[in-house]
Amino acid sequence: MSKQRVKFTFLDDLVKQPIIYRLGQSFDIVTNIRRADVREDMGWVVLELDGDDADIQRGLDWVSAIGVRIDPVSGDVVEG
Amino acid sequence: MSFISGLKCRECGREFPAEPLNVCDFCFGPLEVVYDYATISEVISHDRISSGPLSIWRYQDLLPASGEDPVDIMAGFTPLMKARNLGKRLGLNNLYIKNDSVNPSFSFKDRVVSVASTKAVEFGFDTLACASTGNLACSVAAHSARAGVRSYVFIPWDLETGKIVGAAVYGPTLVSVEGTYDEVNRLCSELADNYPWAFVNINMRPYYAEGSKTLGYEVAEQLDWRLPDHVVIPSASGAMFTKIWKGFNELACLGLLDGVEASSFGPDQNTVHHPAVTTRMHMAQAEGCSPIVSAWANGQAHVLPVRPNTIAKSLAIGNPADGIYAIRVLNESGGTATAVPEPEVVEGIKLLAETEGIFTETAGGVTVSALKSLAESGAIQPDELAVVYITGNGLKTLEAVDSVVNPLSIKPTMRSFEGALNERIGVGG
Ligand SMILES: Cc1ncc(COP(=O)(O)O)c(C=O)c1O
Ligand SMILES: [Zn+2]
Repeated sequence: MSKQRVKFTFLDDLVKQPIIYRLGQSFDIVTNIRRADVREDMGWVVLELDGDDADIQRGLDWVSAIGVRIDPVSGDVVEG
Repeated sequence: MSFISGLKCRECGREFPAEPLNVCDFCFGPLEVVYDYATISEVISHDRISSGPLSIWRYQDLLPASGEDPVDIMAGFTPLMKARNLGKRLGLNNLYIKNDSVNPSFSFKDRVVSVASTKAVEFGFDTLACASTGNLACSVAAHSARAGVRSYVFIPWDLETGKIVGAAVYGPTLVSVEGTYDEVNRLCSELADNYPWAFVNINMRPYYAEGSKTLGYEVAEQLDWRLPDHVVIPSASGAMFTKIWKGFNELACLGLLDGVEASSFGPDQNTVHHPAVTTRMHMAQAEGCSPIVSAWANGQAHVLPVRPNTIAKSLAIGNPADGIYAIRVLNESGGTATAVPEPEVVEGIKLLAETEGIFTETAGGVTVSALKSLAESGAIQPDELAVVYITGNGLKTLEAVDSVVNPLSIKPTMRSFEGALNERIGVGG
């Protein structure tokens, strides 16, 4: 079991789909939303995923395959 | 000693102790340093600053680490130079260049890394690390050498040679990752959770980012404690942009600007805006990676991540962490954001080199080209005081300007020389 913090960014129609619900249902992951901002045509959600490593990986692969951008929340990795 | 009282979440306001933390446990928002400005205002003065070292550590009272024995390779206190020739070319009579390309490891990153590595040593870390597209790698490697600690620097495999060599020479463990910068970031986020290392831009980020404020302090000090009417700044994550603004406002609130009354910092230290700070903050990004410019131009409340495709690799962050905060600063200061067409990046590098004798990297090319379009559009008026921040050195991105090399190739004889010259410009024998 492990926990992973991620940020999903959705565009257009993806905003209206119950992606987080399905992620939880289909992959046996507990999803815990910490912060979100969802508007009509775009949105982001910062959440923690709790589950089996393999399940989380499969779940994230599915989320990314439907076109949601996934970023790690290790804060803000700034660059140079 | 340092005058910080802890960390505070930028989103939900929860407070945390001053530890190697960068994310709020509760809402996963970014943490920022909180200062005890009441005490700072009792000790700080122009005299105290000017009697300090000729490095960023002269502003130690406003930095989140102790200046007693900093990890210091003399970052900062770089020249502010009046740019008469470039100014003339652009119709600007009061143009200055803040030449930060002459820092010890040749970019402004030495400012942030000096603060982060000092703090890391203070916390007892024996290893520094970072994910980088180059400038940061060079700086982290250099400061670890100075501090006598180990370092691991992670870079995407396709970096410019100048940055690879410029990091490797200091003896870090250089990790070349088969993947994009984005992927390097992801890897490092995971490593930061599993290794007891000070990742300067991950778990040390709240302290690290504060180092960029010194770019604001120095320009004010070099202008005899006045602020410019305009500044032009290159952005990737947007962190430096927001911190320069914060630096200007701290000076105003502490009464350190000429003719400006001190005032309170109010409830949120990070977004304080003193009414005497009227500098317009202009941001420059390259068109191939301009998510902050797009969001600002479209009036969006989100910064939509992009996949970078730009010659300006040091600015190639597709998902800028401080983008939303930078947009606030753009709006509050009445500034603008410019996306520079890719071909103009190299034009900007050449323009600066040919007019002022300063060789900057691609990030500087972006900045100079943005300045040019601001002058042309009248956003900067001829007599207004403008400062353009040149943050990295041209020797790191030689590949970008290969095309300038077109020598007269001759035999070692005068005849050959004159023949070649004649052919080139129609002069001589
Ligand atoms: C030379 C140079 N200028 C500007 C920047 C942008 O800084 P920031 O990420 O704080 O916006 C970077 C790196 O990110 C850089 O390497
Ligand atoms: Zn929070």
